Amino acid sequence: MSVHLADVPLWAAILAAFFLVLGAGLALLGTIGLVRLPTFYQRIHAPTLGTSWGAAGMVLASMIIFTAASGRLVLHEILIGVFVTVTTPVTLMMLGRSALYRDRSERNPEVPQFGASDADDDTAQGAS
Amino acid sequence: MRWLLPYPLLALALALMWLLLSGVSPGQVVLAVGVATGASHALAALGEASPAIRRWLAIPTLAGVVFHDIVVSNLEVAGILLGIRRTRGAGFVTVPLTTRSPSALAILSIIVTSTPGTAWIDYDAARNEVLVHVFDLVDEAHWRQLIAERYERLLMEIFE
Repeated sequence: MSVHLADVPLWAAILAAFFLVLGAGLALLGTIGLVRLPTFYQRIHAPTLGTSWGAAGMVLASMIIFTAASGRLVLHEILIGVFVTVTTPVTLMMLGRSALYRDRSERNPEVPQFGASDADDDTAQGAS
Repeated sequence: MRWLLPYPLLALALALMWLLLSGVSPGQVVLAVGVATGASHALAALGEASPAIRRWLAIPTLAGVVFHDIVVSNLEVAGILLGIRRTRGAGFVTVPLTTRSPSALAILSIIVTSTPGTAWIDYDAARNEVLVHVFDLVDEAHWRQLIAERYERLLMEIFE
């Protein structure tokens, strides 16, 4: 597919630029938060800016530019957004649970400790 | 009908994905239907139960609610990171759930995770409780109510 950016009308270019700057700005802000926030559990919140409207902004910008330039509806970028959204919980839960497990083992007062099911957990671990 | 297409929604989604990636033409439609049917039967061999959708009408409502909340919480978290808003302290909230449907729980985890400011950390299947970490925790009851009333109630309407 050959695309000539000069064919893109001005309104589409402005709209795409807006979404691109919005998406890239949110992703950058999330990355800065990931570096600067003090605790692990606070840091995992920052990149969700990049996986929600950060990704959505960039995907929308790409859809607008290629639809306007090629003259037909280009929608396949939406799959990027769908798969980013659906797969994020998997990695987040893996990181979150391992951090929580370590903090609980070390009796870190910052996290909720094993609850009433404590005894069950211990026997389950002993058996495995 | 079930023996022909064990997971109609999955097959439809796969066929749509195929057509989005390869473009719509008669040949590609045939290929998309073939791939979607084959993949459904491959999953059927694993014996997963197909989720039954009971109320389709609740899906657009839930999508609208989630879209609104993601926009609002993007602004809130971005404001805190930029230093415009002050965070009132992050913390954990234990949220008791009612539903045990695996599909509803999966969608709920996607909603909680993709909304900036809340992260699904751990799920206790024995007590049906989820541990959520909230970036800007003001009132624990507010978050319990938000997840139970706003998302879980609609998910239960859809799946149970």
